[in-house]
Amino acid sequence: MAYVGAIADLDHEHALHDPQTFFRKYIWSQDHKVIALQYMAVAIAIGLVALTMSVLMRLQLGFPNSFSFIDPQEYYQYITMHGMIMVIYLLTALFLGGFGNYLIPLMCGSRDMVFPYLNMISFWVYLLAVLVLVAGLFVPGGPTGAGWTLYPPQAILPGTPGATWGILLMLASLAIFIVAFTMGGLNYVTTVLQARCRGMTLMRMPLSVWGIFSASILGLLAFPALFVSAIMMTLDSTIGTSFFMPAIVSRGETLDYGGGSPLLFQHLFWFFGHPEVYIVALPAFGIVSDLLSTHARRNIFGYRMMVWAILAIACLSFVVWAHHMYVSGMNPYFGFFFATTTLIIAVPTAIKVYNWVLTLWRGDIHLTVPMLFAIGFIFTFINGGLTGLFLGNVTVDVPLSGTYFVVAHFHMVMGVSPILVVFGALYHWYPKITGRMFNETLGKLHFWVTFVGAYSIFLPMHYMGILGVPRRYYAYSNSIEFIPLSVQTANQWISVVAMIVAATQLVFLFNVAWSFFKGQIVDGNPWRATSLEWQTPETPPRHGNWGPKLPVVHRWAYDYSVPGAPQDFVPQNVPATEVPMGHDHDSAPQSSATKGRHA
Amino acid sequence: MAMAIVLVLLVVGTVAFHYFSPWWFTPLASNWEMVDQTVDLTFWVTGAVFVVVNLFMAWTVVRYRHRAGHRAHFEPENKKLEWWLTILTSLGIVAMLAPGLTVWAKFVTVPDNAGVVEVLGQQWSWSYRFPGDDGKLGTTDTRLISLDNPFGMNPQDPAGRDDRLVAGSELRLPLDKPVRVVLRSKDVLHQFAVPQFRVKMDMVPGMITQFWLTPTRTGRFDALCEQLCGLPHFAMRGRVVVAEATEFADWLAQQPTYTQVLAQTAGDPVAGQALYAVCSACHGQEGEGNRELNAPKLSGQGGWYLAKQLKAYKDGVRGNRDDDVYAKQMAPFATTLADDAAIRDVVAYIGSLPERPTPATIKGNAGRGKALYSSCAACHGGLGQGLWATGAPRISRMSDWYLAQQLRNFRQGIRGGHAQDFAGSQMASMSKALADDRAIDDLLSYVHPL
Repeated sequence: MAYVGAIADLDHEHALHDPQTFFRKYIWSQDHKVIALQYMAVAIAIGLVALTMSVLMRLQLGFPNSFSFIDPQEYYQYITMHGMIMVIYLLTALFLGGFGNYLIPLMCGSRDMVFPYLNMISFWVYLLAVLVLVAGLFVPGGPTGAGWTLYPPQAILPGTPGATWGILLMLASLAIFIVAFTMGGLNYVTTVLQARCRGMTLMRMPLSVWGIFSASILGLLAFPALFVSAIMMTLDSTIGTSFFMPAIVSRGETLDYGGGSPLLFQHLFWFFGHPEVYIVALPAFGIVSDLLSTHARRNIFGYRMMVWAILAIACLSFVVWAHHMYVSGMNPYFGFFFATTTLIIAVPTAIKVYNWVLTLWRGDIHLTVPMLFAIGFIFTFINGGLTGLFLGNVTVDVPLSGTYFVVAHFHMVMGVSPILVVFGALYHWYPKITGRMFNETLGKLHFWVTFVGAYSIFLPMHYMGILGVPRRYYAYSNSIEFIPLSVQTANQWISVVAMIVAATQLVFLFNVAWSFFKGQIVDGNPWRATSLEWQTPETPPRHGNWGPKLPVVHRWAYDYSVPGAPQDFVPQNVPATEVPMGHDHDSAPQSSATKGRHA
Repeated sequence: MAMAIVLVLLVVGTVAFHYFSPWWFTPLASNWEMVDQTVDLTFWVTGAVFVVVNLFMAWTVVRYRHRAGHRAHFEPENKKLEWWLTILTSLGIVAMLAPGLTVWAKFVTVPDNAGVVEVLGQQWSWSYRFPGDDGKLGTTDTRLISLDNPFGMNPQDPAGRDDRLVAGSELRLPLDKPVRVVLRSKDVLHQFAVPQFRVKMDMVPGMITQFWLTPTRTGRFDALCEQLCGLPHFAMRGRVVVAEATEFADWLAQQPTYTQVLAQTAGDPVAGQALYAVCSACHGQEGEGNRELNAPKLSGQGGWYLAKQLKAYKDGVRGNRDDDVYAKQMAPFATTLADDAAIRDVVAYIGSLPERPTPATIKGNAGRGKALYSSCAACHGGLGQGLWATGAPRISRMSDWYLAQQLRNFRQGIRGGHAQDFAGSQMASMSKALADDRAIDDLLSYVHPL
């Protein structure tokens, strides 16, 4: 392999100009760790807004006719904003902007992202996107209530809340977000490819990096589809083009539109939207693999298979999008193709699940807080993944589409599961980020209520969906004969549990804040983990991460409980001469220190 | 240990919920039992995986929990095990996919002997069209849609002349006869979904979509919109009545053909004046309304709405309940109008009456009312002017005391509960957003002067 001169190699030429002022250090900062925390803080803040909206929705569904401040217009605005914020502004930003930023350079043994300035701008543009989104709450007519999928024509026609200002701000915010993501995503991909330290071959990278890396590539390829649809819909709405608008008689008035196709938008949206599911899922897959391995003191089972599964899922995720559209009115023959591709994607996904469970099997399981969240994730992900086999299989989807089964499925697989990983990851890396340990009792309380509570919220919804209870209904009229009273009773219970779970998130916030000042001070590697971020000379790592010399990697990230080793973990930067190699796909025939990009 | 116990409990609880929850598919009313079977099969396959993998994980958590002096087993991979699991999974996938695709092949193949019905969606109701004896639906164009041509029928197309137009929200279908349901929309995406039929499809403006089924059971079934179509989406309701073939044929014969609709003449205000004499006793010489007699203002109200309400009174859809006192008083007066022509005449006369402003009688917080009205504007229009297209009457500068009374009736279920009153049922749903009488007063004090 040809020599590639990346900045990580240039130890001596890379002068570490530590920022001196408070402003340059913590606000206008180019340090990937500060940017990561900025991303996390903003994502969690806007996520709390979306969480509040879900509580308001649950108030309406559980106790209809009781709250005059939740009328249909507001309800539809809440469902729209809740969905969009959770998927894009919370999960995508948190996994890639937050964990991607924090972990990639530390896990790959780099000093920073390869384009630190661009990285900084990425955050500020993201913040702008969030502010534009929030501005939608204050414009005449309020934010859009078109549902998070923003389907035209209704998104820009009267009869839908926020069809004038709200939708334009939403589209503008999305476009700005994509600009921010593109700057960040290029950085993540380039850093992984170009700035790994000596010895860090691709097949030695922790799966967290693999997950975030693949998700960033997905994002770079998928977000442009959303970007163009946002621009086209903006033009339809403002200057009267007809990209998505056929001839329409809206509330008795013949509009000037004609010739456009609402289905074109749906194809573009889901061409982005389905990879988006994996933009959120792949980092979660990667991170949870590392949590499981570390806290079970066992190598991740089938590492190579795990990497190939991530890549297979990433590729397949681009050819399954129309499974969101089986009953959209598209040519029904598409159903054969998309059902097949969708069910094929279940195979690599199932392999990942097996390998997680098999990592626990014959392990030395420490039920730490991160581990609890990781096991909780496996459980909810199995559930959510399996219900995906219903909705992906075209015939089975038809009666279930548009019902609460769909709500239950995507919340379980895309809401609860990744969020459990987010929490597990935040607890896992908290001691690295702050140098202090979180309060374990509060962490466990947070886990149990969130895990059991969230499962109890969404399990019954599957069965409501099978009954045929439609989603996106502000209220269920008593005159709908097939919906029994028990659905209303269940909705009340669900709402109560949802509010308890929502309130429990305050315990998490309190824990994060309290432990920052009062938590027990810990050394740099409290979990006794192998990957590089735990081997930094200082904790929290300083600007430049590694002090004067970059680490050199000698082994894969999963040398846990290696027979004959003095401890049950061998960090990646320990040479084979000191502790024998447990296992390494890239060790033979050369000595590991010279292998990799320098060979 | 707690983790393992909770995992086991969740698995057991999930399976128990599956078997004991009161919710399952509604009783099937179409030929698509194959759809139910694929769902059942999927439940069996995925259920087995769910139980086995999670219980294995629970066992693992107990068996391999941390104990002092123990070390995990170092085993980077196990090719044989991984291949076995891959093959088994693939087999499970094939077991679900193959039947799924087989049924889908039936779904995309409409039987040759299928009849056809068109469902036309709009914000927020449905109407229906059957072909005449030629078995062919006439062509349509969205741009031709108007108050007089709500289906957008092409008047030049002879195939459309004998089409039967069903203006209400209730569709009838004949038992045991395959039918191709052709879907069209005037404005935004909708969906025509009857849970008991299992199959459904979006309606897309600018496109014609379809699905097919054979109704296998007589009865009345709710039709719901399951594609978000704007603010009153949740109140968009319809009904399908599956009837014996003869009963269906009788019903269809009563529906007007397009030719008959075209032949309908406009009402005659002169003839209407004589008929209005009865009305004027309460509603006033100029239709200005009389609060003492609980008669609302009529002048300025949309003629299409007055006609619809008069028909509702005549047919017993309105004014049939003892607790709706004033509507009950109105019902016998409506029966004095002999036929649809009489209704058209009297409505034409009312339309010729001069309209005078009527004073506000309700005081509330108009600022708060403005916020509440944003939900109403979707149907009634930004100025409360009423929209024939959404079936919503004018509410600005009409009798506000009457509107308050009606809103309370809707909210309490006194009005809007009749099975044929689809717009009333929508209004009953919407009125639930008004939590109390104060909200009604606030709303009307904003709407009245608009």
